[in-house]
This record gives sequence, C-alpha cells and structure tokens, in this order.
Amino acid sequence: MLEIRNLQVSISTTEILKGINLNVQKGEVHAVMGPNGSGKSTLANVLAGRPEYEVTHGAALFEGQDLLGMTPDERARRGIFLAFQYPVELPGVRNRQFLKAALDSVREHRGEDELSVRDFNKIFDEAVQSLEIDPELIKRSVNEGFSGGEKKRSEMLQLSLLNPKLALLDETDSGLDIDALKTISKGINRHRNKHNAILLITHYQRILNYITPNQVHVLIDGSIAMSGGEELAKELEAKGYDWVKEDIRS
Amino acid sequence: MVERRVISRTTTNLESDYKYGFYTDIDADMAPKGLNENIVKFISKKKNEPEWMLEWRLKAYRHWVKQGDQEPRWANVDFPHIDYQDIHYYAAPKSKGDAPKSLEEVDPDLVEAFNKLGIPLEEQKKMTGVAVDAVFDSVSVATTYQKKLEDAGIIFCSMSEAVLKHPSLMRKYLGSVVPYSDNFFATLNSAVFSDGSFVYIPPNTRCPIELMTYFRINAEDTGQFERTLIVADEGSYVSYLEGCTAPMRKSSQLHAAVVELVALDNAEIKYSTLQNWYPGDKEGKGGVYNFVTKRAKALGINSKISWTQVETGSAITWKYPSVILQGDNSTGEFYSVALVNNRQQADTGTKMTHIGKNTKSTVVAKGISAGHGNNTYRGAISILPSADNATNFTQCDSLLIGDQCGAHTVPYIEVRNSTARMEHEASTSKVSDDQLFYAMQRGISEEEAHYMIINGFCRGIFKELPFEFAMEAGQLMRVSLEGAVG
Ligand SMILES: Nc1ncnc2c1ncn2[C@@H]1O[C@H](COP(=O)(O)OP(=O)(O)O)[C@@H](O)[C@H]1O
Ligand SMILES: [Mg+2]
Repeated sequence: MLEIRNLQVSISTTEILKGINLNVQKGEVHAVMGPNGSGKSTLANVLAGRPEYEVTHGAALFEGQDLLGMTPDERARRGIFLAFQYPVELPGVRNRQFLKAALDSVREHRGEDELSVRDFNKIFDEAVQSLEIDPELIKRSVNEGFSGGEKKRSEMLQLSLLNPKLALLDETDSGLDIDALKTISKGINRHRNKHNAILLITHYQRILNYITPNQVHVLIDGSIAMSGGEELAKELEAKGYDWVKEDIRS
Repeated sequence: MVERRVISRTTTNLESDYKYGFYTDIDADMAPKGLNENIVKFISKKKNEPEWMLEWRLKAYRHWVKQGDQEPRWANVDFPHIDYQDIHYYAAPKSKGDAPKSLEEVDPDLVEAFNKLGIPLEEQKKMTGVAVDAVFDSVSVATTYQKKLEDAGIIFCSMSEAVLKHPSLMRKYLGSVVPYSDNFFATLNSAVFSDGSFVYIPPNTRCPIELMTYFRINAEDTGQFERTLIVADEGSYVSYLEGCTAPMRKSSQLHAAVVELVALDNAEIKYSTLQNWYPGDKEGKGGVYNFVTKRAKALGINSKISWTQVETGSAITWKYPSVILQGDNSTGEFYSVALVNNRQQADTGTKMTHIGKNTKSTVVAKGISAGHGNNTYRGAISILPSADNATNFTQCDSLLIGDQCGAHTVPYIEVRNSTARMEHEASTSKVSDDQLFYAMQRGISEEEAHYMIINGFCRGIFKELPFEFAMEAGQLMRVSLEGAVG
C-alpha cells in the first residue's frame, strides 16, 4: 500500500530525513518509534503533503502511485489521514460542519453518495459516544479550547468517520491518562482491518500493550536504525534509545 | 413567532465578476443634473408634498450650501472631489405617474429586474413571509403584505406615502434622531431625499413578519438618497432587513442615505443589513460611494436596539450605525462584518452614547481585508455623567488575506462616570498555513478551506442575522472574495 524509497527531506536547507525505506502492506500496523527530534513528525507530515517540507531525494508510492506530486487534499481524498501531534484550532468552524464537508469530499472521490444530514448526524453521534467524547464539547468549534487529550480524541473521531486506507497517527498516545489511552487504543483497534494500514508513531512503548504491531521501526536522527517485531518495542522500553545508538556504532 | 420566507437568489451563471451587474432598460424620469433650490422644489412637487416638508428640505438645503461643497475628510478613505452639480438628484421609473398602488401596476420590467435580483415580488403575493418595500433608483415601487400588516395596525410604507398619510408621526420623528444639520451627507440627504421606508409598530405589538427593503441604484450618474424611519412604540418588536445592490458602472455613484430608529419604553428594533453595492472593478474604477448616517435612539426604559451589518460592497463605505442609550436600562448592540477586496475602502464602526442608568452596549466588529483593500474600524463609546452603572463590551477582530491589504482600529473611549465598566478586546490574524493544511488534510480543497475559515471568523455575526440572510451573507463573502483566495 505504501512504499517509501530512500526518502530524503529538508526543511529550510537542514536535512531531516536521511534516506528512509519503508514498505507497509494493507492490513498491517507499523510502529515508528524514536526519541524527540528524530524526524517522526516530519515523516508523517511529508507523507500527508505539508508544503514547508522539501523532498530532496527518493520517492513515496501509495497504491502504486506517486504520492509526492499530489496536493494534500488529493492525498486525503485518496485515503491518507494524518492524526496531528498538535491539532490546530479553527475558530467558528463547527465540528459537525467541518467533518460533514470532509466526509462529503472523501465520499465523492470514492464515488459514494453524499450523506444526508440525518444519516451523517447518526454516524457522528455514534462515533462521539464510542470514543467517550463529551457531546457538549464537540458542539464547539474544531479543537477550540480543547485540552490536549480532547484534541486527540477529536482526531480519532475524524479518523473513525473518514475511515482512511492509511492512517498516520502522530503521537496520538502522548499526554493521555491510562483511561483515555485505553479508549483511544480501542478506537484504533476497531479501525484496524485487512483493508487498512496504520503507521503508529510513538515515543513510548506503552500504547503497544494495547495495539500489537506487525513491525516496529526505530527512527534515530532521520534514519531507520533498526526494525523488528513487537518484541523490539519491549527491548527498547527496557534499554532506552541510547542502546540503539550504541548498537549502530558498534 | 416570526414567519420567514426563503429568499431565493440567483447564484449561478456569473457572466461577469459582479453577479448583480445587469442593467435594466427603463427610461428614468430624471431631474436635470445639479442641485439648487429649484431642484429641491421639483422633488417635493413630484411627490405632492405638503408645505412643511418642503420647508424642512429647503432649510436643509440652505444649511448644506453654507458648508461650501466640502465633504468631511477625517475618515481613512481616499476619493476624488465629488462634483455635486454633476449628479441627477431625482430619477423615477417611467411608469410612475403616481406611484404604483399594487403589484399589478408595477412595470413588468421592474418586476423582472427584481426577479433577477432574487426578489420574486410576483411570488410574494401568494406567500406569507417577508414584506418587501423595493426602492428602485429613487421611488418605492411596491410594498407587499400590506393587508396583513394593516390588520395588526402596523404601518410599513414608502416615505413619500408616509409624508402624505401620516404627517403627525412624520413631523414628530423625522429628524428627531439625525437632525438635518447633523453632517454634510445627512444634510444633503435631508434636502433631496427621494424615498425609502417608514415603519411604525403600535404599542404592545410584535410585528408578525420580517420587514424588508431592497435598494437598487439603476440610472447612471444618479445619486441615491433614501431615508428610513422606524418607530417602535411601547412594548413592541420589529425585525427589519435591508438589502442593497447596484449594477456595474464605469463612473462612481453617490449614495447618501439616512436611517433613524426610535424605540420607546420596552420596545426592541433589530435592524439587519446586507450591503452589496457595486464595489468597482479590480483597479478601483467605478463603484458606489456609500456615505450613510444610521442612528438609533433607545429612548424608552428597557428599550433595545440591535444593528447587524454585513458590508461587502461599495468602493467606499463610510458608515457608523450608532445608538443613543437614553432610556434607563436600555441596550445597544452592533454586530458587523466589513469585507474589502481589490481597491475597496471601508471606514466603519459605531458610536454608543450612554445617557441612561444601567445602560449596556455590545460591539463586535469583524474586518476582513483582501487584495489591496483598506479596512478601518472606528468606534466611539461615551459614558456621560448621568449613566450610572453603564457597561460596554467591545471586540474588534481583523483578518488579513494576502499582504497588500490594510486593517486599522481606531477606538475612542470617553468615560465620565466612575461606575462604568468597560471591556475591550482586539485581535488581528491571518488565515494560517497550519489551518489550511489541517483542513486540506481532511480532503477539503484549498479554496473551500479558505471560505470555511473566513466564515468561521464571521460566525458570531452571521448568527445574529435572520436565517436566510445568514445563508446569503455566506454566499456574498464568496462572491466578494473571488480571486483573493485559493
Ligand atoms: N518547521 C521546522 N523548522 C525547522 N526545523 C524543524 C521544523 N520541523 C521540524 N524541525 C526539526 O526537524 C527535526 C525533526 O523534527 P520532528 O520531525 O518534529 O521530530 P519528532 O517528531 O521525531 O520529535 C528536529 O530537529 C526539529 O527541530
Ligand atoms: Mg513529533
């Protein structure tokens, strides 16, 4: 589904990603772990098409097609979803209205009919409930005045309604208490099926207690330093990222 | 319950940039260009006005002449000197020997013109809903729903008719809020005002429908000087809507209107405007000079005035809908969106003058600047010594699109009573790349993302509008911002 070949990315002339190779098949969950500043968000954002990043080398294919030439909205309509590490506020833009507009354009691209307001409200309310989001809160504008945890839940709400083929989850687990972590993990597991793929970006091993990845990659200083199965995450938790760094050096 | 009618407007097949830019081919019955006492008399005669009305006009005219052709220049707008002798001060549609009394008498071309504007006068006969008084150039063409209103004792008619039929109300209230000597443009208007709407709501009456006036300037080189007067008697309520459009013209057109509102004890007036006069072309050629004086007196105790305006048109907007809070416990509100694009200039805001005790005012002004547009919020809050426990909340937000435009905030605050509570907030923002990327990452196109964020910015104002007007306002923003976003 996603094929990344020797991807090199700079921002204002500083090289951040230094040749990433990654293959994600549909149905798979890949965890990308790494210390702060290693380039995890850069990877997620460049795949979603954030304009500030400059791809200096390499390629990224999504379902066999060149991803890097597409605008962000086209990528989204084709089924790429980024759960932001720091979601922005859209003052005055209502959650329902925002998500309806997003879903309409995604559905149109898939050749599906526009949902009636009634049908939309139904699935919206169901998703709000299953993610244990305060219905009063979600009446507000997009992310406006939301706490960190509330923003993360709201990202999951959007994920569950848009049902993307490839979800890029950028530290969706950071800053959550244990109950919230469980709810969100449940949401991710519900989304997980044989058609979808997930790139689960995280700083901590903790969320992997609830979501079992097919593969784990360790990103250090803009390169994938190590890849392995779920046991790699446990080893990292025990030994820390320095262990990987030393391991590469030796 | 206030009944509502859906205002269906033409929104497709834009043949030009300005969607209301068609021209209606009706020969105007015009006064010759220029202004002198004879023209004032001509206008008055055309309208069969009584002596007192002519006298008032002449007093205004003489006062205006004394000011020597010098319009005020303190606003942050730039325009060439206006040649007041190069303007027609009266233009009536030809069919008007005496004003049409019913829809059947209206020139079919006029009806067609209104249909193009999305004001289906024809339809309105069959429907209950908004009563419309349509002012075309200078003459009020048709006032629908008279019957329903008459049954409630409500007067909703053209100014010309009111002068003839309701002289005691007119003599009592005309000029009682904006005296003829008020300012250059109001004085000019008082001398030559052509038509407009008059509303009177009797005591303890809630107007059962929304009242609406549509203004359209049509004839070339014609000034439009309409005048509106609304009086809400004790314990009454009215919601009044005003819409404005004008066709594309190479030369600029002068529009100098006056609106006066009076609310007696426990009365409430809600006045909403969608102003979409022709803004001129991309280089700033043509367009309407909109120099308008709007003022309300919250005269009675517990009275309330609420101004809501969405200003997207005009080459120049010079307009400060204000409230004199005279009655104890009275309330004044001002909600505004002013949008400028290309070479448009707007200097708009409000004045809240607190005189009564426990008076309260709220000002929320949103300015959107795009292209080379220049937008100024000018607001004055005065708390007079008599106004114990007055409160004011003011919020001014500016949104910038691109980096060629300007936004300015000029607040004046005068507090002469120490019990006053004042709160002022201001912000300037841009549609950020982060916001755009966020929306686009959800599948929304760049252009739609812009409109969504801009509409979000205006939300607090749009929600003050009657529902159909709010829809219309969103559409207007889109049309007005074409080429500026995406
Ligand atoms: N917009 C930016 N401008 C300059 N440097 C940036 C920007 N975004 C990220 N970086 C730098 O790129 C590196 C990787 O950042 P990031 O991808 O956010 O890492 P992570 O998500 O793993 O913490 C960091 O050194 C960071 O300072
Ligand atoms: Mg990060």
